[in-house]
Amino acid sequence: MEQSTSKIIGEPMNRVDGPAKVTGRAEYAGDHQVEGGIAEGFIVEAPAAPGKIVALDVADAEAADGVVSVLTYKTVPQQKPYGSPEDEGRFTQSHAVLENDRVRHFGEPVALVVAETLEQARYAASLVRVEIETEEGVFNALDHKDQAEKPDSVDGLDEVDTQDGDFETQFSQSTHKLEVSYLTGAQHASAMEPHVTVAQWDGETLIVHMAIQIVASAVSAYANTLGIDEANVRIISPFTGGGFGSKLGVHNEAILAALAAKQCGKAVRVAQTRRNLFANGPHRSRHLQELKLGADASGKLRAVRHSSLASMARNYPFAEAPASPTRASYAADAIHTFHRMVKADIPKVDSMRAPGEAIGTLTYETAIDELAEMCGVDPVEFRILNEPTQDPTSGHAFADRRLLDCIRTGAAKFGWSGRVKPGSRMAGRKLVGRGMAVAIRPNTLSPAQAEVKLAADGRLVARLDMTDIGTGTYTILTQIAAETLSMPASQVLVQLGDSRFPETAGSGGSFGASSSGSALLDACAKLKSALSERLTESGVSANAFAMKDGRVLANGKRIELADLIGAEGLSADGAVDPDNHAKGQADYSYGVQFAEVEVDADTGEIRVRRLLGVFDAGRILNRKTARSQLMGGMIFGIGGALLEESLMDDRFGSFMTRDFAEYHIAVNRDVPDLEVHILDGYSEHSNPLGSKGIGELGICGAGPAIANAVHEATGVRVRKFPVHMEDLLDRLPAV
Amino acid sequence: MYPLMLTVNGTVHDVEIDPRRSLLDLVRETLGLKGPKKGCDHGQCGACTMIVNGRRINSCLSLAVTHEGDTVITVEGLSEAGELHPLQQAFIDKDALQCGFCTPGQLCSAAALVDEIREGLPSVVTGEVGVAMTNEEIRERMSGNLCRCGAYNNIVEAIRTVSGDKR
Repeated sequence: MEQSTSKIIGEPMNRVDGPAKVTGRAEYAGDHQVEGGIAEGFIVEAPAAPGKIVALDVADAEAADGVVSVLTYKTVPQQKPYGSPEDEGRFTQSHAVLENDRVRHFGEPVALVVAETLEQARYAASLVRVEIETEEGVFNALDHKDQAEKPDSVDGLDEVDTQDGDFETQFSQSTHKLEVSYLTGAQHASAMEPHVTVAQWDGETLIVHMAIQIVASAVSAYANTLGIDEANVRIISPFTGGGFGSKLGVHNEAILAALAAKQCGKAVRVAQTRRNLFANGPHRSRHLQELKLGADASGKLRAVRHSSLASMARNYPFAEAPASPTRASYAADAIHTFHRMVKADIPKVDSMRAPGEAIGTLTYETAIDELAEMCGVDPVEFRILNEPTQDPTSGHAFADRRLLDCIRTGAAKFGWSGRVKPGSRMAGRKLVGRGMAVAIRPNTLSPAQAEVKLAADGRLVARLDMTDIGTGTYTILTQIAAETLSMPASQVLVQLGDSRFPETAGSGGSFGASSSGSALLDACAKLKSALSERLTESGVSANAFAMKDGRVLANGKRIELADLIGAEGLSADGAVDPDNHAKGQADYSYGVQFAEVEVDADTGEIRVRRLLGVFDAGRILNRKTARSQLMGGMIFGIGGALLEESLMDDRFGSFMTRDFAEYHIAVNRDVPDLEVHILDGYSEHSNPLGSKGIGELGICGAGPAIANAVHEATGVRVRKFPVHMEDLLDRLPAV
Repeated sequence: MYPLMLTVNGTVHDVEIDPRRSLLDLVRETLGLKGPKKGCDHGQCGACTMIVNGRRINSCLSLAVTHEGDTVITVEGLSEAGELHPLQQAFIDKDALQCGFCTPGQLCSAAALVDEIREGLPSVVTGEVGVAMTNEEIRERMSGNLCRCGAYNNIVEAIRTVSGDKR
């Protein structure tokens, strides 16, 4: 299919990696094959923690058929201490495993059994005997509020706490006051591809095929863990089977594979099993969120206080910021936000899709709904009434805010006609309710570089260490290059996911497309200037030109590219520097979501009937893949509202819900027809492309819209998430 | 090691295998076909779905040695002579995938689903009027194939566009 070369960015072009993915040819980390074969590593988890290993017997495992080696803290190659150096940050610090006889948390690896086949490794792993002398641990922040600390920093925000205005006075003088607390459950990102790494050593060089979102920081993590030069680490990750935050950094299997490959002298694959993931992958902590809201008689917000308490894994500094959306959603005379953490002896707590907003809009937007109801103001009107003219906490101007456009468009498209008395709308034996909520997510730009090379045959190769985790990166980068250089998309080849390519910030925080895209845009613009110069030198002066099939078309002339750039071709490097953009401005993506649910009047079963979102994310780079990402986010939001919860046994600090039979994500039939509307836009202050982040926006607001609809359906306010039928059962209206 | 003969994507394979090996690991590791994916190894996600003797199964839950003489189709076997199966093309056109990890299973499941509906096999949502290619039937029948990226609606749409296809 030949695209028009004039306007390609934004077009709903099919995914360029689609054919590879539908035929099974796309190579994910676990698919990688190595000449000479790959040995298989199987993790032996600590059966209890925290504590000390007092017995570890691997003799039977070592004697089992096919076993190549058993790694334990006694035999593992040298590593740098876990967490060092301290100032490096969590993704790049040492992720040492099998460090010593200490076990930090339940499920931490105490051994890795390497065998010729997976069956042999798994069986031999069952023969390892380990005994832990346990100590008192902290597993649930709510049981240890006295240990709550202000963290050094929270994810994505400049300030841990904010205190704007006089909260106590404004709250006490408010006509309508709401004081509520919510529990949001722990969650696991549950990408379909479990964490997997294939590692091998070529002399001093470590070559790794792994499932990862950010290649460059994983290189640093290996170097810092193994005490080797970054130049001696090569990571290859052309396809990653979903990340959602869980693959931002490296996890235990990644380090184990590298150590085992060293020990065994051959390539080793360590694939976390789905059950491993719940202890050896990261998770979103459960949170206690307390909200105090006050409004005047007309529904104007006067006082907002949002505080959050959660667990932080000991020695792994990450604190989620659920009060992030609260700082920027509405104007109020006083807004105070606080984040507190308790260090706990649990698996890593880390970012999961839309950290902060996913669970922060869930609570804040349901509390706002409740306050609007108290004030007797329609929830749509309430939000319009409290629209700020500048960022409410920082006081900065908004880079671009069209939330009201989203709200009004959404209300019209959904057919919002105000609220009905809760519990009063029936369809058969189903209670039907509607609700809405706002979506907001900070938009950021990260440093990125790119290189492009044009060959004499007219083909362009673009290279970045950026990843495509399902987001559509290959496709939008192809579009950016093709449009900038006025050439057919079919002649652009984008290569990603290799640490030898120019560094980007990878995929995360919804900054991937804007950051890597802006760097590529710069590289292509430079290539274009260089080509223009060559044209001028050859006597063709043209303001504009196009390229096709190895020829340049300018001023009605056709010039062979080979004559202009020779056999060696033409290259250019590009970059983007965030310091040059959105200085001192509050930059967010926005949206609104409207939901309709039905609740079975007898059983309390909740089904989503409709979900409609309207979003503003600046310039859309590909209408097809953007819509898919937004829909995927909305479905993630259904999970957060109604399904997903990782339940911990607080006696032992162990997750009990360790597979898809226990940890429920939305399945096909849980999802109704979804409506996604995207406002046309161009956010000139955000970055050179004018685009904003889109990958996490769809989750924000989806959950609270559903919860607010459940309230209208039943009259019940459930202040814990996910909302389950048993939370409604004994409170359903008598109908 | 046990002998096993079976046909995968039209090719007869005669192998000696560990009796503990699942059909999924046989195809991926012994035969080197990496299309089918291991998402859970518990029969809960559907990424490993293959079509065995015309019916879709979770290949991770099935021991390979139980498949003597069977005919197996994986995602690699859906396309013929380099031409995409209409479902594969529809998945691309409707953007019925994002990360692509569940896609091989979704496609095998969808291909078998089309046959099941054509044969009139009922599901839990089939009403008195009988089996028809409705969105609800597709959703129900595709609910054994998880997609964390959330491509479900596009998957339903892709299946609908080819449901009348005879291939």
